[in-house]
Amino acid sequence: MSAAICIRGARVIDPASGEDSVRDLFIRDGLIAGAPETPPDGAVTLEGAGLVASPGFIDLHAHLREPGFEDKESIETGTAAAAAGGFTTVCAMPNTSPAIDSAAVVEFIARRAREAGPVRVLAFGAVSKGRAGLELTDMEELARAGVVGFTDDGSPVATGRLMQAALLYAGELGLPVMDHCEDHSITAGLGINEGPTASRLGLAGYPSAGEESIIARDIALLSLVGGRFHAAHVSTAGGVEMIRAAKRRGLAVTAEVTPHHLTMTDEWALGAGAATAGVAAPLTAAAYDARAKVSPPLRSAADRDALAEGLRDGTLDAVATDHAPHTFGDKAVPFDEAAVGLSGLETAFGSLMSLVRVGALDLPALIARLTVGPASVLGERFAGLASLAVGSPADVVLFDPDERWEVDASRFASKGKNTPLDGLTLQGRVKATIAGGEIAFGGPAR
Amino acid sequence: MTTALAEERRDARADGAAPPRRRHALDLDDFSRDEITGLLDSADAMRELLRRSIKKAPSLRGKVILTLFLEPSTRTRVSFEQAGKMLSADVINISGSGSSAEKGESLLNTALTLQAMRADLLVVRSPHSGAPYFLARNLDRMGVVNAGDGRHAHPTQALLDLMTMRRSLGDLAGKRVVIVGDALHSRVARSDVFGLRALGASVTLCGPPTLLPLDLLRGGGAGVPAAGIPGVSVEHDLDRAIADADAVIALRIQQERQEAGALPGMREYTRRWQVTEARYRKAKPGALLMHPGPMNEGIEIASSLAHAPGALIEEQVTNGVAVRMALLYQLLTGEREGGEA
Repeated sequence: MSAAICIRGARVIDPASGEDSVRDLFIRDGLIAGAPETPPDGAVTLEGAGLVASPGFIDLHAHLREPGFEDKESIETGTAAAAAGGFTTVCAMPNTSPAIDSAAVVEFIARRAREAGPVRVLAFGAVSKGRAGLELTDMEELARAGVVGFTDDGSPVATGRLMQAALLYAGELGLPVMDHCEDHSITAGLGINEGPTASRLGLAGYPSAGEESIIARDIALLSLVGGRFHAAHVSTAGGVEMIRAAKRRGLAVTAEVTPHHLTMTDEWALGAGAATAGVAAPLTAAAYDARAKVSPPLRSAADRDALAEGLRDGTLDAVATDHAPHTFGDKAVPFDEAAVGLSGLETAFGSLMSLVRVGALDLPALIARLTVGPASVLGERFAGLASLAVGSPADVVLFDPDERWEVDASRFASKGKNTPLDGLTLQGRVKATIAGGEIAFGGPAR
Repeated sequence: MTTALAEERRDARADGAAPPRRRHALDLDDFSRDEITGLLDSADAMRELLRRSIKKAPSLRGKVILTLFLEPSTRTRVSFEQAGKMLSADVINISGSGSSAEKGESLLNTALTLQAMRADLLVVRSPHSGAPYFLARNLDRMGVVNAGDGRHAHPTQALLDLMTMRRSLGDLAGKRVVIVGDALHSRVARSDVFGLRALGASVTLCGPPTLLPLDLLRGGGAGVPAAGIPGVSVEHDLDRAIADADAVIALRIQQERQEAGALPGMREYTRRWQVTEARYRKAKPGALLMHPGPMNEGIEIASSLAHAPGALIEEQVTNGVAVRMALLYQLLTGEREGGEA
């Protein structure tokens, strides 16, 4: 039984109710509680003065790597990283080995998550058996086992015909199909945006059209057969515009964007410090920074700014980390051989606060995109995870929006130390994370 | 929008001190005009050594140079080997096949092992763009020379091109050089551009739109600020590009570009972009004709021109040894021949 917790005098921001006020927040029996008449014995008190309390963050998109790639990450280390980043719910991607394409794997993940701790792990099932892009998985069996949607993430849904079938079948089950929108007939290289930086480095690029063509395909299929389409890690201005137009038409499309696509550009491949020097400047030995190699690739400044605007106006419903931990060896190779992805759970919030500071969106809106936004993608039954209403599950994050801290990847809870932010200073830091009424990170004991 | 993250990165950059004495030669983009001129002066002197009957000087005695070629090459590898040996360095050649690379040892582990053996300099050729940069930042004692990385850079080829041009044309400032062919996939073209720019020449890249790095030269698509490299222009029409050129560099066209759909066909390529006698006559009288080799005679260059008196293709090979001697000497002694004492 978890102890009662009282957060004293925090600025409470609850996007679900629109609340933004300084008060005490009470937790009892794993739920948000009303103010007690007398403080219960043994209650843990967290000092909240100067801090913000909000519903715990929900990550729609994380690679926890288990089963199959435990040298990169495990459910235990991945959920510890989530808690350190303020996330109380993470959605595990199914590109594991075996893939999440049977009820047995879903049940295994649920068991490992229970053993790991209080952070809630939800699983996406694969669209196709073995993620091979040929036959649909047993979607209803997966849904009964608890998956919250379907995706072949890491790869796109291989063909338009398969996507059409997935939208229809998953739609009848009330679940979204998340697509990693990448047209392999266009994308020549995975890890860098086609543009001046790629040309400068002599690397084959992945143009915006490689994402936009599949977003266009999926929107066309959605309007043909219905269902729900969720665009994973949107990275292009054109993608944002198509999703905005589709929403205006009333189509059931949702979308997410990563912290790194919101805050970095393809010039990060030139190495720390080179981004502002331009492509005609000399390269340094820091160039070809494989830590900045992600899929989809970091884009241009214009794309980055269009993504921030899409997040502000709600075209993009959620921030999702696409947390992609890798081993040292996966990245300690020449750029074009390096694995794609960065370890993002523990730096997401600090990165995103830079958007608030430059006025791209306000703090309550940012919190909304980390809470009610992703909850709405998951569906009505998950609304309680993004609420501080009395009786809701006690998933709460307490953070300091102004604290400056230096990223030290060697101290990550995640096994993945792969981030180009290593050694840089972020402003905005998670102080405590409470999941299901238990302190999952921080708090007085630390 | 400037994010706080960008500001952090600028701070990091401002902290960087002036670069120490050159330890690596990764591309010509960080070579100044003076540094290149000094190297070329030194190479002219080295060239004299090549004419002697006993082709040996003791300058690099006791130095160990490794060549690690992870891609087939004859002329570049032999050129480095000869350059090192003529200066009395010990040169050890490692090839991709038969080395631990074939047993799955990573490039990083191979390089760290070689460094632990106290080699002084690693000359590396890799099919992966940026591999020498990756090695340079992971090696703390051994210098790295880029002998060609993927489609990115080939600085010693560019140095020998510059040497060849300078020996015929004199000061390259104000000269106009046309590079014809597949500049997009050409590490030679990229390095030539930076070297020529440093010496004040202007460059015109000429070729099919599918084979030129247009986004680099003109700025990218929507929303991408005009990038561009000053003094470098694009002209798709070879007849126009070649008019009044001081030098023409024809690049090798790879058969696989056609297979990848970047070219309609070799016949079409040849018709539009082959350096023919008629086109060559439109260049300045006495204009140089160069090719990094190996040539596809009858494709990018007319067979009749490949062996014509104006063509400097064999001269380039000789200069390649001289310029590599000059570079090895500079990197391993920290002195500059023909420069200050």
